[in-house]
Amino acid sequence: MNWCEYPGAWLGSEVFQNYGCRMASGLWVTFELVAISVAIGFFLALGLAIARLYGSRWARVAVSGYTTFLRGTPLLCQLFLVYYGFGQFREFWQDTGLWWFFREPFYCAVFTFTVNTAAYQAEILRGAIQSVPRGQFEGALSLGLHRWATLRLVVLPQAMILALRPLGNELIVMIKSSAIVSLVTLFDLMGSTRLAFARSFDLSIYLYAALIYLVLVEIIRRVWDRLEIRLSRHMVLR
Amino acid sequence: MKSFVRFIAAAALTVAGATGALAQAKEWKEIRIGTEGAYPPYNNLNAKKELEGFEIDYGNLLCEKMKVKCTWIVQDWDGIIPALQANKYDVIFAGMNATDERKKQVDFTSVYSKTPIWMIGPKNTKSDDISPAALKGKSIGAQGSTIHANYVEKFYKDSTARLYPTQEEANLDLLNGRLDYIVADALALADFLNGKGKDCCKKIAEVKRDDAIHGPGVAGAVRKSDTALKDMISKAIAETMADGSHKKLEDKWFKFD
Repeated sequence: MNWCEYPGAWLGSEVFQNYGCRMASGLWVTFELVAISVAIGFFLALGLAIARLYGSRWARVAVSGYTTFLRGTPLLCQLFLVYYGFGQFREFWQDTGLWWFFREPFYCAVFTFTVNTAAYQAEILRGAIQSVPRGQFEGALSLGLHRWATLRLVVLPQAMILALRPLGNELIVMIKSSAIVSLVTLFDLMGSTRLAFARSFDLSIYLYAALIYLVLVEIIRRVWDRLEIRLSRHMVLR
Repeated sequence: MKSFVRFIAAAALTVAGATGALAQAKEWKEIRIGTEGAYPPYNNLNAKKELEGFEIDYGNLLCEKMKVKCTWIVQDWDGIIPALQANKYDVIFAGMNATDERKKQVDFTSVYSKTPIWMIGPKNTKSDDISPAALKGKSIGAQGSTIHANYVEKFYKDSTARLYPTQEEANLDLLNGRLDYIVADALALADFLNGKGKDCCKKIAEVKRDDAIHGPGVAGAVRKSDTALKDMISKAIAETMADGSHKKLEDKWFKFD
């Protein structure tokens, strides 16, 4: 018996045992997808938030257009536009040498999720940066710090404490939203659950999938609690 | 004593009459038919959101023969058997092959259609060899939760199986060049090859039927408890086979090349 069959056997569920290995590999796909896109999305968002706050007028208009579009349309719609829509310009992608990227459903999903989560995270970071009292900025400048140094050493560390919770929410939302990739042939956790259900017609498999998502989210919640304690340790009264 | 016997007899008659009435009440006057509406030429929702296709015409013909009123309900393929069991409709006509796996869940009427299974691919595909060894590392598309999906997963372990919610999405991805092959019913594929796929794709080979996976052919599916309905539909199917009306509809909808 493989390790991935044990949870099902232990819970006494035949269907969960039979499809345990598929669901484990699905869980890994979900994990990769969300981890890569949220991580890349964070760095994109940082740039976008700074451009939105301190950039030229055109940069501000462009960034707010970007966030409005991506936050205002359904993720599934964006995924289909990228997967089936971009897919129709195969010659163009082949000419530009990018077809290997848009050919694979996994990269299409990573691309879509990255640009989507970047928009949300940019708004979170923008709000957090704006919440840092103006005096902090002015004080740092009066001490002769460069604008970038002020941002990096004074403003951002304080903004991150404020942004941490909403960013955690965004990560949780992404984990749950990632279930839609099963519609573009990726076997993530949801995809392998759908397959297991289609084969066995046993509804209880959805319950086990729900439990796995729940455990994932609970783990993130706990990690986030730790992170918050760590980031705000200088503010704790001793 | 005599009156007692008469009383028993009368009571027995009443009970018999009552059960007779119950059986009457269970007689099918109205049948709800579930279909997918995304598998031409079997069943399809056209641009006007109307159902059309062989199974729609044929289902209506069967209802005419059975003298019952029929309503059609469109349901996604993935949930088509669970929705039957949840009593959302009474029978499925959706190009469904009567496989052993499905027989564990539902009962099938007699077979009303049997079509070859094809593998299609881009026009520039050179070889018509579709053995698992030849297709190693290639991506093969099929509609999820179909016999074709099971077939790909069982025999083409070294190829990438790509499973789509509907056949149309698989066709679109072949058109986009993400797939090397598609497996599906010849009819559904011929429809694509004569239409949108005219310039891009061609038939590569016919797939040899594997009885364990593919089953005897396409049939209507009913809940296991509805034996009377199953027999009624099977009888109507036999009638249409005998009087040539089945053939007429086949000729109307199933055009190869």
